[in-house]
Amino acid sequence: MTPIAVSVLVQNLSVLVLAAFAGFLVISKVPNTLHTPLMSGTNAVHGIVVLGGILVLGLGAEGVLSKILLVIAIVFGTINVVGGFLVTDRMLEMFKAKPKEAVETSEELK
Amino acid sequence: MSAPLAAIVPSFMQDDNFIAVLYIIAFALFIYGLMGLTGPKTAVRGNRIAAVGMAVAVIATFLIPGIGNWGLIALGIVIGTIVGVPAARQVQMTAMPQMVALFNGVGGGAIALIAWAEFRDSSGYDGLPTYVAIFSLFSAIVGSVSFWGSNIAFAKLQEILPGRPISIGRAQQFVNLALLAIAVACAVAIASGSDNELLMILLLVCAALLGNLIVLPIGGADMPVVISLLNAFTGLSAAAAGIALNNTALIVAGMIVGASGSILTNLMAQAMNRSIPSIVAGGFGGVVTTGGGDDDGDKTVRSTSASDAAVQMAYASQVVIVPGYGMAVAQAQHAVREMTKLLEDKGVEVKFAIHPVAGRMPGHMNVLLAEADVPYDQLKEMDDINGEFSRTDVSLVIGANDVTNPDARNKSDSPIYGMPILNVDESRSVIVLKRSMSSGFAGIDNPLFYGENTAMLFGDAKSSVSEITEELKAL
Repeated sequence: MTPIAVSVLVQNLSVLVLAAFAGFLVISKVPNTLHTPLMSGTNAVHGIVVLGGILVLGLGAEGVLSKILLVIAIVFGTINVVGGFLVTDRMLEMFKAKPKEAVETSEELK
Repeated sequence: MSAPLAAIVPSFMQDDNFIAVLYIIAFALFIYGLMGLTGPKTAVRGNRIAAVGMAVAVIATFLIPGIGNWGLIALGIVIGTIVGVPAARQVQMTAMPQMVALFNGVGGGAIALIAWAEFRDSSGYDGLPTYVAIFSLFSAIVGSVSFWGSNIAFAKLQEILPGRPISIGRAQQFVNLALLAIAVACAVAIASGSDNELLMILLLVCAALLGNLIVLPIGGADMPVVISLLNAFTGLSAAAAGIALNNTALIVAGMIVGASGSILTNLMAQAMNRSIPSIVAGGFGGVVTTGGGDDDGDKTVRSTSASDAAVQMAYASQVVIVPGYGMAVAQAQHAVREMTKLLEDKGVEVKFAIHPVAGRMPGHMNVLLAEADVPYDQLKEMDDINGEFSRTDVSLVIGANDVTNPDARNKSDSPIYGMPILNVDESRSVIVLKRSMSSGFAGIDNPLFYGENTAMLFGDAKSSVSEITEELKAL
């Protein structure tokens, strides 16, 4: 009953709640223009579940079926992470397109 | 198999606290990176920072003492990379919604599979705290719903399945609830001690069916909401998996995605003036039969030609372009950009009016126009542009329909009444590019098309725009 010794669950719950607020604050500032890249970027971020696959498989999953499930999970997670970040990068590069004046002058230079 | 890392890395690197610190760095980088997404200029860097965070998190996980099965882990990562990289490189910008749905789905699928493997691995969460079982089972249900739901969304967007709502009718709600109840019951049984794997499989199957049934009745135009919602689901299930696996990076990343998905879902639902439950319950499409027999008779449609449209726009002082899903389907964004340039050369002020739910996902139009090099400051949000239509000479509607329907403002018995729209009808004249007179997704007639100041230019959006461009060159 020592008040200091908080269980792992409660520690994790506090992280969870704080992360929810942080996420809310950051994301609500993203302009409409960037909503598609936002979505594919956050998509890539949740590909972090690949860690879960690595953890469970790495710490010694037994049995062929478990191993197959986890390898598929890692494949899925990796597709999610790698594909997500790359596609977001591609999209955002297009948005880099400078404000109007800059575009026009650069074209005149051509 | 389990070549110990201990031989190659200094021992402090495998310390629990060191690894925990790496996770903290990782999630700090996620948040910092996403902060970059608040502006187009910092966004590329932000995304890369988040990717670095991901790399840190993966490395931290590799350092955990006792990690083995390296061969299999490598196999998974290699296959995932081989599949993911070309997909991301080659996907067309117009196909972005389905790509995002697919990536979202595999994430959800991974979560469900991990929960299943965890169940098997621990013989039904034997010896683990009950909360681990609860969070893991939650992640299994939501992850599975998200996987199947996203796949259906993908299939609809890719037109493998028809985009219109597919419903099993009145039983729908009941069946959905029953499936959810069965899945939850299985979860309760497992969490309270059962180690019967059939329960776990039943849980996953029910969640899978539920995912299918939730998305099948949802029509194309509601896709922005659904994709956002599924994104939120996957995030939440990742956070739950993080608690089950005691991994802070997973918790934080999952929650951020959950928050992001929830915000977007809300924005999209507001922009359609519909509640999220009513969208999930399946909507529009089947229901709409109202307004069939109203006072027609005077419904004459005026069609115009590309050359007339070109002349009209060339001598306008302000033109507002309203893009919709039709522009994406026709891949017309580059043609639109070319036309815009010509108009600007003639001294016409050109702006783009972007409705929040135009297209099939949040920000869909913005991405397409960015691809075509339209400067982002030329893209106006609904609230900023609506005041300007009355000062606009020509509004050019390209493949948009319901988001311009004045019934949403005027006709209280219209199914879309109350939905915020772009007030295109206030402009001096309107030119609508459309393939045919068929009604939009909602199946609702659009009085805009019969307006006195409206002219229709029938045909594929891309070729119509190209024709106008040719005419402009000739002027």
